[in-house]
Amino acid sequence: MIHDIEYETMPREALEAIQLRRLQTTLQRVYATVPFYRKRFDDAGFNPADMKTLDDLRRVPFTTKQDLRDNYPFGLFAVPMDNVVRIHASSGTTGKPTVVGYTARDVTTWSELMARSLSAAGATRGDIIHNAYGYGLFTGGLGVHYGAERLGASVIPISGGNTKRQIMIMKDFGATILTCTPSYALHLAEVAEEVGVDFKDLKFKAGIFGAEPWSEKMRQEIEKKLNLDALDIYGLSEVIGPGVAVECLEAKAGLHIFEDHFIPEIIDPETGEVLPYGETGELVFTSITKEAFPVIRYRTRDITSLNPAPCICGRTHVRMNRVSGRTDDMLIIRGVNVFPSQIESVLMEIEGVEPHYQLVVDREGTLDMLTVMVEVGEKAFTDEIKGLQHLEKLIAKNIKEYLGVSAKVKLVEPKSIARSEGKAVRVIDNRKL
Amino acid sequence: MRVEQISVFLENKAGRLAEVTRILSEAGVNIRALSLADTSDFGILRLIVNDNEKAKQALKEGGFTVGKTDVVAVEVQDRPGGLHRILDILRKAGINVEYMYAFVQQSGDNAVIIFRFDNLDEAVRVLTENGVTVINGSKVYTM
Repeated sequence: MIHDIEYETMPREALEAIQLRRLQTTLQRVYATVPFYRKRFDDAGFNPADMKTLDDLRRVPFTTKQDLRDNYPFGLFAVPMDNVVRIHASSGTTGKPTVVGYTARDVTTWSELMARSLSAAGATRGDIIHNAYGYGLFTGGLGVHYGAERLGASVIPISGGNTKRQIMIMKDFGATILTCTPSYALHLAEVAEEVGVDFKDLKFKAGIFGAEPWSEKMRQEIEKKLNLDALDIYGLSEVIGPGVAVECLEAKAGLHIFEDHFIPEIIDPETGEVLPYGETGELVFTSITKEAFPVIRYRTRDITSLNPAPCICGRTHVRMNRVSGRTDDMLIIRGVNVFPSQIESVLMEIEGVEPHYQLVVDREGTLDMLTVMVEVGEKAFTDEIKGLQHLEKLIAKNIKEYLGVSAKVKLVEPKSIARSEGKAVRVIDNRKL
Repeated sequence: MRVEQISVFLENKAGRLAEVTRILSEAGVNIRALSLADTSDFGILRLIVNDNEKAKQALKEGGFTVGKTDVVAVEVQDRPGGLHRILDILRKAGINVEYMYAFVQQSGDNAVIIFRFDNLDEAVRVLTENGVTVINGSKVYTM
């Protein structure tokens, strides 16, 4: 189902004309209103008036997550706060989150893109959408919610957690579309089995799963266990939230990027050089319709490739393949972004704890399990079990509070964390996606 | 009246305890008493040895985290009710025992128990006032 026939199936030539016009406006606007971009452009000798063709985009300087951090919290907003109606944030690397803002029109744009995404999964106004993405500063919950309402569907804002109750509600309410992280979808299947509910007796027809990387193998497993069509969705709060790209039910082969709102590029992460379609590199986005928080050539750190081949669904928008990795050390644990440096700053804040740690990520059953191994030095050591157990609990509690992710803390002996060439190996990811 | 105890952090995995005893034996340190407290992941080995400094040095060099704690060695009559008498005195005085373990060697006809208290001075005062013998460190190390 195509929500916006005109834009989603627009011939490439017309689409590119719109992109260029919107890009020119965006660049001129950020140059005029955001001191950071003005300085960045001036330093690079780039004048927005020089933007004659889409190819000129490669002359524009990149924006990185560090730039967002340096301008915390509202430094990159391109409109006065009077015009900002919503603020979201994602976890940052040093305890400070990355903050994004939306004008009323931005919220409408985002809702429209999520309505397109839900439609791509076959949702209509007759559907009941069980939305198990977290509500809050995280964009997942409210993103889907507004899109569902815009579509005219009935949305159940169940958010995350309390899985047994979720099973009861999805059964009793007759939900037809499921939205959550792919790992939570599998967890739902497990818990349903425990409580004697068979997904074959439920009314789900499709699910839209995102906020963490997954694989074709997981798709098959989810489709089999949950008895629905499983589709991938991509987004990040810096760009807008969920609804940057989505798979179509017809092809289930790559995610259509809503190119009338975002221009994607694939670059070589080392040189910054733009790579042709089909080549694998780092995904970069420029927003061309956002008002409050436009991003210019934002480096996502996600590794993927773009596929321009026409799609059987009729959409003309380019498809991105599944994200296959990251160019930095960010981990995604049950949909939450976690940088090792964040764990490090939590540890450093606890008296006596030294920053000798290692993160081990496993998939136990269907859920990601984060274990934080911390070496016990003399300052943190006590001769009483309860003292060390208190330390374990304190670390776990602080990680949960600052990062929003549950972790198991394991105290280990000094020097027991493997060091290669003097540098500690910070992350061991045992998940097989 | 205090006895110095050393404690060692151990991961709960095969061979770690043997590594401690190997280091101590190579350093020529004699273990006088020990107790091991454990959880599913880690343990704390508590030791009374004949030479604390030497033991601590050797274990640290062996890569272990080592702590020092003051504990109290108390003589306990070696007959039914002997330990209960002592615990009763402590209970009445409202003193909490963090942990305790037995010494291998006897002191004359009496058994010796190592106690760890929150408030060590108060515990020693109450015990001696009630006629309980608290053994000092230098005697314990060489018993």
